[in-house]
Amino acid sequence: MEIRRELLAHSSVLSDTPASEADDTARRADFRSRQLLARDMLRGDLEGEALERYVEQSVMTTTLDKAVAWARGNSFFPLTFGLACCAIEMMSIVGMRVDIARFGFEAFRASPRQADLLILSGRVSIKMAPVVRRIYDQMLEPKYAISMGACCTSMGVFNNYALVPSDKFMPIDVHVPGCPPRPESLAHGILRLRDKVQGNSPDGWRERYDAIGTEEILSPTGRDPRDVETDLDTAAIQVFKHGDTAGA
Amino acid sequence: MSATSDYRKQEESITMSTESAGMGETHELLTLNIGPHHPATHGVLRLITTLEGEVVRDVRPVIGYVHTGIEKTAEDKSYWKVIPVIERMDYLSYYFNAMAFCGAVETLLGIEVPPRAQYLRVIHLELNRLMSHMVWLGTSALDLGAMSMFWYCFRERETILDLFEMSSGARMHTRYIQVGGVIEDIPVGYAARLQKFLDEMPTRADQYADLLEKNEILLSRLRGVCPLDEQTLLGLGVTGPLLRAAGNPWDLRKAQPYSSYDHFDFKIPVGTHGDNYDRFRVRHAELYESVKIIQQALDGLPEGPHITTDRKVALPPRHELATSMEALIHHFKLVTEGFRVPPGECYYPIEGPRGEYGCFVRADGSAKPARVHMRDPSFSNLQATNAMVKDSYIADLIATLAMIDPVLGGIDR
Amino acid sequence: MPDATGLELIAQEIRDAHPDSIIGTDFHRGRAELRINPTSNRDVLTFLSDRGYSFLASLHGVDYYPEEPRLGVLYEMLDMKAVDRISVKARVLVEHPHVPSVVDLWPGADFPERECYDMFGVVFDGHPDLRRILMPEDYEGHPQRRDFPVGGEPVLFTFNEEQSYGKFQ
Repeated sequence: MEIRRELLAHSSVLSDTPASEADDTARRADFRSRQLLARDMLRGDLEGEALERYVEQSVMTTTLDKAVAWARGNSFFPLTFGLACCAIEMMSIVGMRVDIARFGFEAFRASPRQADLLILSGRVSIKMAPVVRRIYDQMLEPKYAISMGACCTSMGVFNNYALVPSDKFMPIDVHVPGCPPRPESLAHGILRLRDKVQGNSPDGWRERYDAIGTEEILSPTGRDPRDVETDLDTAAIQVFKHGDTAGA
Repeated sequence: MSATSDYRKQEESITMSTESAGMGETHELLTLNIGPHHPATHGVLRLITTLEGEVVRDVRPVIGYVHTGIEKTAEDKSYWKVIPVIERMDYLSYYFNAMAFCGAVETLLGIEVPPRAQYLRVIHLELNRLMSHMVWLGTSALDLGAMSMFWYCFRERETILDLFEMSSGARMHTRYIQVGGVIEDIPVGYAARLQKFLDEMPTRADQYADLLEKNEILLSRLRGVCPLDEQTLLGLGVTGPLLRAAGNPWDLRKAQPYSSYDHFDFKIPVGTHGDNYDRFRVRHAELYESVKIIQQALDGLPEGPHITTDRKVALPPRHELATSMEALIHHFKLVTEGFRVPPGECYYPIEGPRGEYGCFVRADGSAKPARVHMRDPSFSNLQATNAMVKDSYIADLIATLAMIDPVLGGIDR
Repeated sequence: MPDATGLELIAQEIRDAHPDSIIGTDFHRGRAELRINPTSNRDVLTFLSDRGYSFLASLHGVDYYPEEPRLGVLYEMLDMKAVDRISVKARVLVEHPHVPSVVDLWPGADFPERECYDMFGVVFDGHPDLRRILMPEDYEGHPQRRDFPVGGEPVLFTFNEEQSYGKFQ
């Protein structure tokens, strides 16, 4: 059986018809042997090594964390949060050409309580920053944020008095550059986030700071928050680690 | 039997009128904050609504949530570099923003735009108008509940963005319109692709009409809802499809033609009642007219340069840099410092998808503008919201907001 | 646009009706402009409105630093029937930036006047609700004045993120 299969594998590269016929018989033989194995399993006749081999072939073991991470990564619920021009390109990824429904992310939720992915699309002005932070706080853990476009990632085209880079007030997982980024770019960014969530890439603020979340502290120690340069231990945004009770 | 008649009496006493229900002197007014993050406000618009039951008594828009200080940033950059900055104001009509600014600077400089550039500008402006109306139609239908329109309209939008990408390299914010003309001539194959799009666009617009026209729910949500008369609209400074829906055929493309719009033969759709349904129909009819204009511009596209030949304003073509010293010096001056505009002020109005875009440029003789202000139509149109939705239901508020088509980038600048 | 002579005729008519209202006229590149005394803006605008320029297309401010008087308020008027435009400019000092409001004549001047106040500090007397419209309510300063810095901040990278306002510990 083995020798014939090797020969078949070799010859199927060179010509088609004899290989497909022989391939067919090989497949049928393979299927028959699996059928007999399954019959034995159901009868309870498999024992010892044969049983171990059967289990190894048909069962995938993993840790619970990884399984949960796999499920989480494949089911982001983005929040409908469009600010400016990037919002139009975000609407395009729901459209037909770049269709994120392929990945399972088409269920945009309007309520932050029901969403877990905040795609900050567009320029964050001073007036809007506290609103964004409040919305981010309303989202339930685990939550992720993508900063889409140049304006919220760095200052973008407009480096002036009216804009705030998003890194200043909330932790961002993936930055997608572009002005506006093509829908394909944003889809790439979302897939990178998916890889991150599924544990396949070790970058990100959670790993760097070994933390699980952030908390905003308003007026630390009752002093004017603008004096933060003099007191580096308390700050407006603190990252809390495992075991800290955040309180809020 | 008496129970039934009691019930019938109670049933008959419920009226759908929006007059004050006779609940006595103390009927409560509820102040509801809609936004700034809300799926139905088109962008980050905050509406502080005062409700009595389901009826809106007062609505005050609070804006400024996407204020980017574009006008201040533009004072800091040379004229050439202002164009990408100013394009990002009204993010659905970027060609119009650039056109208004370039028109103002060209008036101040006193330079002529070659006819081929004017026709190319018209083609791209009308394509942008189509694209903006597509996004409006898709998102408005989504607000009103007709979800499938969103995908159809965005299919058209993708085709138009492909055309933009073909002519300028970018889908949005293309920097295609420059001072003196356009940045590049259209590539080979563009005309064929544009023609293919123009052939299928009217049938697509018919499809949209078929989808929405006979829909009972849409009609009852739009017909007769929130009308506003022409005089009030004029007092509020409203222009564009909103004013045309009320019966005033004011369109700057016909009234004060710019960039050879007077060479083309097209009609202006005008409504009668000024209600939501008329606003919807006016914008839908404009789709056909835009297709007509683009077809005529494409057929009559003249030969010639695509940007002014004045080397002090426009970059010389690359092949001249190898042979001509003057071209090299001009290129150097334009790229490092930029051209200088003689002192003066100019207000250049054009007709955009939402109304009158007017760019005010004050030049003080240096290479940077001293003041750039965009008169944005959505800024004025938004003031009409209160007058429109007074004493109508909150669901009508959402529908009216969709029909006003505000773009917060232009409102907040 | 009314041409240069038409502009002078209009200016003369306004001077006859309201003396001391017109300070000067300017005609540049086809654009007619009347420079007026800020206190008489309502008279001039009502006169122009009766003359046909009844649509207020734009109301915006300009900072003429370093020329005095520094702050200018521009009214772009449009005559729809005759398809004509005329601009009216009123200039005020920074120390006393008061201009009468035209909101009751043109309700569409509401938001633009608030924007002018927010960005330049021009106070419109008679406006029912003059507060900041684009910047947060408690913002200090008038951003679009020429002596206000453009602002901006250094872009945060990994090497300099410690220097930002919110410190990630």
